[in-house]
Amino acid sequence: MAFNYDKYMRPGKLPHIWCPGCAHGIVMKSIIRALDRVGLDKDRTVIVSGIGCASRMPGYVDFNTLHTTHGRSLAFATGVKMADPSLNVICVAGDGDSLAIGGNHFIHACRRNIDITMIVFNNNIYGMTGGQFSPTTPHGKLASTTPYGNPDYAFDVAELSMGAGATYVSRGTVYHAIPLERQIADGITHKGFSVIDALCTCPTTYGRRNKLGSPIDMILWFKDNTVGLKAAQKLSPEELEGKILTGVFRNDIKPEYCEEYQKIIEMAQGAVAGG
Amino acid sequence: MKGKEVFFQGNEACAEGALYAGCRFFGGYPITPSTEIAEILSNRLPKIGGAFIQMEDEIAAMASIIGASLVGKKSLTATSGPGMSLKLENLGFACITEVPCVIVNVMRGGPSTGLPTGPGQSDVMQAKWGTHGDHPAVVLAPASVQEIFNETVRAFNLAERLRTPVILLTDEIIGHMREKIVIPEEGVLEIWDRSRPDCSPEEFLPYDTSKGIVPPMADFGSGYRHHVTGLNHDASGFPTNKPSLVQPEEERLMAKVTENLDIIEKYEHLKKDGAKVGIVAYGSSARSAKAAIKQAEEEGIPVDFVRPITLWPYPTEPTLEMAGKVDVIIVPEMNLGQMIDEVQRCILGKARVIGVNRVDGDPITPENILEKIREVV
Repeated sequence: MAFNYDKYMRPGKLPHIWCPGCAHGIVMKSIIRALDRVGLDKDRTVIVSGIGCASRMPGYVDFNTLHTTHGRSLAFATGVKMADPSLNVICVAGDGDSLAIGGNHFIHACRRNIDITMIVFNNNIYGMTGGQFSPTTPHGKLASTTPYGNPDYAFDVAELSMGAGATYVSRGTVYHAIPLERQIADGITHKGFSVIDALCTCPTTYGRRNKLGSPIDMILWFKDNTVGLKAAQKLSPEELEGKILTGVFRNDIKPEYCEEYQKIIEMAQGAVAGG
Repeated sequence: MKGKEVFFQGNEACAEGALYAGCRFFGGYPITPSTEIAEILSNRLPKIGGAFIQMEDEIAAMASIIGASLVGKKSLTATSGPGMSLKLENLGFACITEVPCVIVNVMRGGPSTGLPTGPGQSDVMQAKWGTHGDHPAVVLAPASVQEIFNETVRAFNLAERLRTPVILLTDEIIGHMREKIVIPEEGVLEIWDRSRPDCSPEEFLPYDTSKGIVPPMADFGSGYRHHVTGLNHDASGFPTNKPSLVQPEEERLMAKVTENLDIIEKYEHLKKDGAKVGIVAYGSSARSAKAAIKQAEEEGIPVDFVRPITLWPYPTEPTLEMAGKVDVIIVPEMNLGQMIDEVQRCILGKARVIGVNRVDGDPITPENILEKIREVV
């Protein structure tokens, strides 16, 4: 039986703002299926975003939704989570939003290991503003602000997240939508800060400029150019050259921030009781 | 006032006032000369089941208090000029989304890093105009340690009642000065909470103004699922760029202030028989002004006095009344002339206005003001 997305969509909010061929819808659908799989209570779930194409996603889904300022979703979400740790808090953000203007919030949310799930809609470009290069635009690629090729080198979102202390880190793609759904579900159930690097595509402002073919070609590219972590163990460095690794990079149990703060509350209140 | 007498620093009084008002969340970032507020609340909030968090930067601190307020917690952040500059981005977000919260700016000297440990009053225009776009501004400027306590309580009350951020502007002098104050018993000062919806979640519109200019607000997690966005939005909370909806909503944000002046405006107006000189002063400069007025009186010079306690919206009425009576109005402020423009604006040319301005890191002394009084008489 086909999955019924309507249960989670706000009536009357479609069509979405995304361009024809944009893969953000695949990530949104993966998130919805993951939320369904986990069985989150809509009333007790808050979805927070910043600014950009991906950040419009919360407006379409029927939860408590918060569309904030550029790059700041995690900072707002941290306030939400600390104010009521029993809420399920999920952030959605683009690569520019979460890693450039929001980079500081990103690494500190990782470091705190606060129980928030961050899904990065990583399409290697600032789409909404017309295709400027982002922190995940590969070196040499064309963007509206890199007319001679991108002089910068890209962040590896998974390496960055692990280096900063996130305890669940995975990478999926819009070609591999079912594993992506599973990763998002696991990220949500994981107690601690989770990062899901969801590789997706922007045919309009990135693909066309870099002659990457049709929207479908761009999605199929992930099939040929990604390697699952397990499969990668059997391949030589030469065979892995130019391939993107996908899968679950880290799934560790470490003290979660709100639980740690609860201990502080108990300590402070104990100190009061003990005089 | 019934309560407990204490010998408090201004920043301590601010933290205590916040707790009295029901503050249960503080998101901050270390900055001189405001840090004591964060330090005290990091100790006190967990004792009452509240939460304190030191965020990675000032922007995040401001964002965190908006997030906490959306869950229903009264929230505070405290900073000084350089931090305030960073908070302005999300201050605008709180204005357009109508999220109650309180921001304390313990003003210090200079632009940029300036004089971190010296007093200043250079952020008075920033407090009104700093964040981009048209937005309401409610700004309180206490002048004593007791007043910091009381005005912190009032800042929370106004934020809750008007669904808007409220700025408490103090400065390094009153922030660090110690005075005897009374912490009132619970119930002595009135405490307001935001109104919450009485309709069903299905009927709920987050910006429903059918019952008044300030819409009831539902907590995230309480079953009233809704969307909050910094985009211009309609009553449903969803983005709109329809001119017929955008303009009235922006006008309503401003009208929340202009139609509630009776609860927002607060000032001190002292009148002396035969005064031909008046002073408008606020915050710690008002203390020197009061001392100068006393000395002038001893020299036989009567001086009128207006002290805005609510700095924005500015109290036009008493200033205009004073201008109708005196020939000269002196505006002492620890900046190079900011509120003086506002005084000029309200008095319709009815008096000459001159400033006494210092930005050297030392307070304006009573002598600085007295000298000017003698000069103009």
